[in-house]
Amino acid sequence: MDLTYGLVTGILFGIFLQRSEVLRYDKQLGALRLRDMTIVKFMLSTVVVGMVGVYLLVDLELAKLSVKPLVLGGNITGGLAFGLGWGLLGYCPGTSLGALGEGRWDALWGILGSLCGAALYAEAYPAMKVTLLTWGDFGKVTLPRLLGVNHWVVIVPMVAGALLLFRWFERKGL
Amino acid sequence: MNARDTVNPGRKPWSPYVGGALSGLLVVASVWVTGKYFGASTTFVRSAGFVERVFSPEHVAALDYFVKEAPKVDWQWMFVAGIFVGALLASLASGTFRWQAVPPGWAERFGPSRPRRGVAAFCGGVLAMFGARLADGCPSGHGLSGSLQLAASGFVALACFFAGGLVTAYILYRGR
Repeated sequence: MDLTYGLVTGILFGIFLQRSEVLRYDKQLGALRLRDMTIVKFMLSTVVVGMVGVYLLVDLELAKLSVKPLVLGGNITGGLAFGLGWGLLGYCPGTSLGALGEGRWDALWGILGSLCGAALYAEAYPAMKVTLLTWGDFGKVTLPRLLGVNHWVVIVPMVAGALLLFRWFERKGL
Repeated sequence: MNARDTVNPGRKPWSPYVGGALSGLLVVASVWVTGKYFGASTTFVRSAGFVERVFSPEHVAALDYFVKEAPKVDWQWMFVAGIFVGALLASLASGTFRWQAVPPGWAERFGPSRPRRGVAAFCGGVLAMFGARLADGCPSGHGLSGSLQLAASGFVALACFFAGGLVTAYILYRGR
């Protein structure tokens, strides 16, 4: 049953990504060159709606959070490495499959590279586990817990901030 | 914006705010119904495990990381496959499907060479996925799912994704 839900969710997400033109190399590089904020608008809209909805579910005890641990050594070095590669590829792991789906088949080279990257990481993992992944390990923390406040105290300003940012994007024609 | 996009452009795109908000509702529904948050990069580990297992099953069985993320088809694997199917259906239905070996923006800067684009995309993929696994997530797992849960790791990773991406884009497109 999980597999069917996964497929249906993926298909819907693929449709939303494709129709918003978020899958394209030119759009992803547009954001990284600070010229076209399409992908940032898409991501932030997802985050804002998801944030409010998921925390409502959590408050109503209908869902649980699934937070990844904050490990600065891994998050920062891995995040920067990801970004450097992303700028070259112009697709991210999820959107590379979507880009292939809409016929942009240069994504296939990226997918093959990604499989090699994953295999390489499996080789490197024992070394990472005793080095980078031990640096700055704070466990599964959320922003409200770090600040010691209720989650809505963080969510409301974030939503407001996103809306202001959207208004600024539209004014600047980004 | 670009002249080339106006040549037989197919149906008009959605506003990214609408597509993004619908995706937000989709995350909420998914979390409600199945408890699953979006993610994509673990699927590449599982798939790499599948491929490697064909050649060297003992080696795969001996690697800690393939024990942690075993080669199997799970919710996320189907989700990632679904993104491919959804994009294919939507692009065909809207007349925006293009069989394209080199993205227009890339071609404008680096020329129409397919091998050049292929090598860059491959190397970018290796580095991006190594980084995503080290960071424990990609723009789906950290960027969307992490930050919408207000996870500290999500915000840190997302900031680093963009920082790295800005550097590469600056180097590649400097002065353009």
